[in-house]
Amino acid sequence: MVVFEKPNALTENTLHYCPGCTHGIIHRLVAEALDELGVTGRTIGVASVGCSVFTYNYFNCDMVQAAHGRAPAVATGVKRSDKNNIVFTYQGDGDLAAIGTAETVHSAARGENITVIFVNNAIYGMTGGQMAPTTLPGQKTQTSPYGRDVEAVGYPVKVCEMLSQVDGATYLERVAVNNVANVKKAKAAIKKAFQNQIEGKGFSLVEVLSTCPTNWGLAPDKALSWLEENMLPYYPLGVYKDKYAEEK
Amino acid sequence: MADKVLMKGNEALAEAAIMAGCKHYFGYPITPQTEVAAYMAKKMPKTEGGVFLQAESEIAAINMVIGVASTGKRVMTSSSSPGISLKSEGISYLAGCDLPALIINVQRGGPGLGGIQPSQSDYFQATKGGGHGDFHLLVLAPNSVQEMVDMVFKGFDLAEKYRMPAMILSDGTMGQMMEPVSLEKGVINEYDKSWALTGTKGERKPNIVNSLYISPDELEKLNFERYERYKKIEETEAMYEEYLMDDAEICIVAFGVASRVSKNAIDIARKEGIKVGMIRPITLWPFPKKVLNDAADKVNKFISVELSMGQMIEDIELAIRCKKEVLLCNRTGGMITTTGDVLDKIYEANGGKN
Repeated sequence: MVVFEKPNALTENTLHYCPGCTHGIIHRLVAEALDELGVTGRTIGVASVGCSVFTYNYFNCDMVQAAHGRAPAVATGVKRSDKNNIVFTYQGDGDLAAIGTAETVHSAARGENITVIFVNNAIYGMTGGQMAPTTLPGQKTQTSPYGRDVEAVGYPVKVCEMLSQVDGATYLERVAVNNVANVKKAKAAIKKAFQNQIEGKGFSLVEVLSTCPTNWGLAPDKALSWLEENMLPYYPLGVYKDKYAEEK
Repeated sequence: MADKVLMKGNEALAEAAIMAGCKHYFGYPITPQTEVAAYMAKKMPKTEGGVFLQAESEIAAINMVIGVASTGKRVMTSSSSPGISLKSEGISYLAGCDLPALIINVQRGGPGLGGIQPSQSDYFQATKGGGHGDFHLLVLAPNSVQEMVDMVFKGFDLAEKYRMPAMILSDGTMGQMMEPVSLEKGVINEYDKSWALTGTKGERKPNIVNSLYISPDELEKLNFERYERYKKIEETEAMYEEYLMDDAEICIVAFGVASRVSKNAIDIARKEGIKVGMIRPITLWPFPKKVLNDAADKVNKFISVELSMGQMIEDIELAIRCKKEVLLCNRTGGMITTTGDVLDKIYEANGGKN
C-alpha cells in the first residue's frame, strides 16, 4: 500500500536546490494543493528569476518563465487570456519585493484573480547571497558584509503588511516551513489561496518564510533555528488580510 | 472594397487590430500614441472577449503581452519612443521565447525624454533588435493611414508565421494625421499553435515558454535555428515600393513620412528633367537589400532621406556594398524635412540644376 507518493503536479525531474533548502517543501505544498483541488490540468504557472527560475522543470503543468520581477504582469496576461486558467506565480524576495515591487503592488491593486507564492528567505540565493529587500537589520550578506545598516540602506520591506493596505488584495497570509505544524498551516494557506482563485475572489498571496543554509552559512538544522530566532520576530506569522472572512 | 472613411492614423490602426481578431491590448499613456489606447479603451469592452488594460508601466504592459502571447492569442501594445525603450526588455524575451505579438511605436524625437514631435530616430533600436541578445524584430514602416491599417494584418500574419514579435514603426505624423482609409480586413493565415499554454488537461506533456538555457551548446543551437528562420525571412519577406526607378540616375531611399516629402520633391525634379526615383522600404527589417544593390548598378548616387541623424543610411551603404555614394538629407529632434530640403539634395547629387 502506498502511503506517501509524489504529487501528480510535480514532474520526475530532480530539484536543483541546495541541501536543506525549503523550496522543495514549498514546491510539494503547491503541487498537493493543485492536485487536491483538481486543477493541475488547467493551471499555468509563471516562473520567476532567482533560485526558483527552474520551476518550469518541476511543476507538471504548462509554465512560462518571466523576466526578473515581472511574473505578476505575465500572470495578468495569462489570466486575462482565459479566466478559466488557474494562474500562479512562484517568486523569491528579490524578485517580488525589489525589482518587481510595482508589478506586485499593482496586480494586487487591480485585484487580479491570481495566486502568488512568495518565498522569503531574506537573501538573494541564486546570485550567491546578496542583500535582499527582506534582509534583516544587521544581517550579514555579500553586499552587506558589515551587517545591514538601516541608517545607510533602510529597512526591510514587509510585504504582507504593505499589501494589507491595498484595497484590491483579497487574501494575504504569512506562513513558515520551519516545523511540521507550520508546514501544515502553510499547506492550508496555499490551498486557500488557490481555492480563492477558483471561486473568483481575486488576488491571494502567501508569503512563506524559508531558509537559505548555503548563503546564510549555516547547517540546515541551524538555519531553521536562525529562521525561528530572527525572522519570526521580525516577520510575524498570520493572516494579514482576508476580505471574505471580514465580510462574514 | 470597403467604403472609405476619414480617420486618424492611430485610430485606424487600433480599429484594424480589432478587425484582425486582436482581443487583448495593454498600454500606458504617452504622446503621440495615446489615441491607440483611448480607442481600445472605448472599443474593447464592446468587443466579445475584448480586454483593454492600462498597465502601471510600459514594462508591465509588455509583460502582460508576453502572458497573452504565451497562450497563443493575438495581442498588441503600443507606445512611443521612451516607452519602447522600457518595453525593450520584454521584446527581447518575446524573441527569446519565440512568441508572436504586435508592438506599435509611434515615434517622437529623442534621445531621453526628447520631444513629442514626429521622428524616425528609433530606426536603429527597431531594426537592430532594441533589446539584449541575438534577435530581430519584423519592422513595418507605413507611409499612409491606409498602410497603418494594412500593416496591422501583415504584422500579425508574419509574427504568427515566424513566431516572433513584429513592430509597426510609425511616427507622430502617421499617428496624428487624418486621411481617407478603407477598413478592409486583411489576410491572417492559420498557423500551428501546439506550443501555446492552454493547460495540459491531463492529456499531454506540459508546454513550457522559456528563454533560459544554461547550457551554451543548447542556446547556441537555438540561436542558429532562429537565424535560419531570419535568413528565410530576409530572402522572402522584404517589401518595398519603387517610384520612377526605370530610368533613374539618382535613387532616393526613404520610409514613412520622409518618403511622402521625397515624392513631392521627385515630382518637381522630374519636371526639371532630373532623372530621380525612389525605393521606399516598407519592411525595415528585413531590409530590401537586393533591390537596392541591383539599383546601385544603374544609378549614380543615392540619397537617404530620414528624420534622424542618419541611421538607415548605414543599411543602404551595406546593402549596396558602398558601390555608390550615399548622401544624407535629414532633420531630427521632431523637425521634418521639407520638399525644398530634398530638392536641394537632389540638385547636389545631380551636380546642380539641369
